[in-house]
Amino acid sequence: MSNDLLIKRVPALLLTLALLFFWTRPALALEVPPLKGRINDYAGILAPATARQLEDVLQKFEATDSTQIVLLTVPSLEGTSLEDFSLRVVEAWKLGQKKLDNGALLLIAKNDRKLRIEVGYGLEGKLTDLVSGRIIRDIITPRFKEGNFDQGVIDGIAAIMAVAKGEFTAASTQSRHNSGVDPGAIIIFLLILFSVLGRMLSRVPLLAAGAGAILAPVFGAIALGLGGLGLLALAVLGFIFGLIAARIASATGNGFGSGFGGGMGGFGGGSSGGFSGFSGGGGSFGGGGASGSW
Amino acid sequence: MKRIINLGVLLCVALFLSSCGYNSLQTQEETVFKAWADIEATLQRRADLIPNLVATVKGYAQHEQETLQKVVDARSKATSVQLSPADLSNPAAMQQFRANQGELSSALSRLMVVVEKYPDLKANQNFLDLQNQLEGTENRINVARQRYNEAVELFNGSIRKFPASLTNKFLLHLVKKEYFKADEAAKAVPKVTF
Repeated sequence: MSNDLLIKRVPALLLTLALLFFWTRPALALEVPPLKGRINDYAGILAPATARQLEDVLQKFEATDSTQIVLLTVPSLEGTSLEDFSLRVVEAWKLGQKKLDNGALLLIAKNDRKLRIEVGYGLEGKLTDLVSGRIIRDIITPRFKEGNFDQGVIDGIAAIMAVAKGEFTAASTQSRHNSGVDPGAIIIFLLILFSVLGRMLSRVPLLAAGAGAILAPVFGAIALGLGGLGLLALAVLGFIFGLIAARIASATGNGFGSGFGGGMGGFGGGSSGGFSGFSGGGGSFGGGGASGSW
Repeated sequence: MKRIINLGVLLCVALFLSSCGYNSLQTQEETVFKAWADIEATLQRRADLIPNLVATVKGYAQHEQETLQKVVDARSKATSVQLSPADLSNPAAMQQFRANQGELSSALSRLMVVVEKYPDLKANQNFLDLQNQLEGTENRINVARQRYNEAVELFNGSIRKFPASLTNKFLLHLVKKEYFKADEAAKAVPKVTF
């Protein structure tokens, strides 16, 4: 009996699940695709030769001007608003160099027949909403209306580059890269600090552990900007490492390194993902640019 | 030994200050102020576009005097009210500001609807440029508003969370900030079809 009841209910259950699935779908906003390179042709509207050529041109442009221009095509917006999606993409990809904010995105949604040029803060002076609008209206969409996506994208990107050319130079970013604190210097400083502390504290393991527990999160917060649970974990790690280091130090007579392990624990998460090809430089966007359709 | 204890106390104080939120609360409040300044800049940008837009539309659409006048009135009303940083904690002032800006938004979107009747105007290069600029500005306002609201959310949350709540209660006395919500009437951003 109960089995029958169950079988009768299965379709209803499935229907409910299906309904739930479709109802929640619009809430699941279109996800930002991974940044593959300068040309991200997810909709497949470009000929491979065109894509390679553009990739090359844009790479050279970044080498001389440091300005990052990137193309993204998607098959569909899946009901998301073009402007929302565009902003989410550039916030995730962080196009343009940090502080210069010289990034621009050409976004094309094939089936929605919509496109947008999203302009980073640094380029807003030249690539204004007006100019972006004209590029879309007068240069790109006439080609798109003919169905010639390759030419439209090539002309559009050429126009964006022509406008942005000379606004920045690569030299201005290189000097910027050097201005940060040298991580090597920090590590050497920490080595000296901990060796001194270790020598002082090697007689009292608990104090060393305490120092580790305090120093590890302090450096974690200062050097890495960690907070909350991360700091708590570092404190525990620092305590344990401090204790171990003091034991070792008192055993060997060399106080070097008490609390050091804890302090170094803070650096574990510091190195961000390795450089594999192209990535955004950390630029920011404020909604500048223009949208259009064809 | 004494030196070591002193050192420990110093470190404890530093750690306490960095975790109790004395610094971070103030940084977060500054972020709110900066985000508000960005909103005001984008709103000003919109107000600056309007005289030009009105002049262009006037040349083509003489029959829309009333709609145009409404935009002009709403603009002067909206630009007459500015909020100081202290007003960000004042619900009434924020409400007033939001209502004025919302009125301007809806007057503008009405104007953008009526111009659909004038094909000559819609083909005018100057008008198309203005339309792009207006759309761009509306988009910037949205972005600035979103970021401001995020900053407010973070700040309002922080001053209520332990232990920063104690720091704020006894030391800083910072006040909760108001959100800048979109006016219901203003939600219909001027949409343009080519």
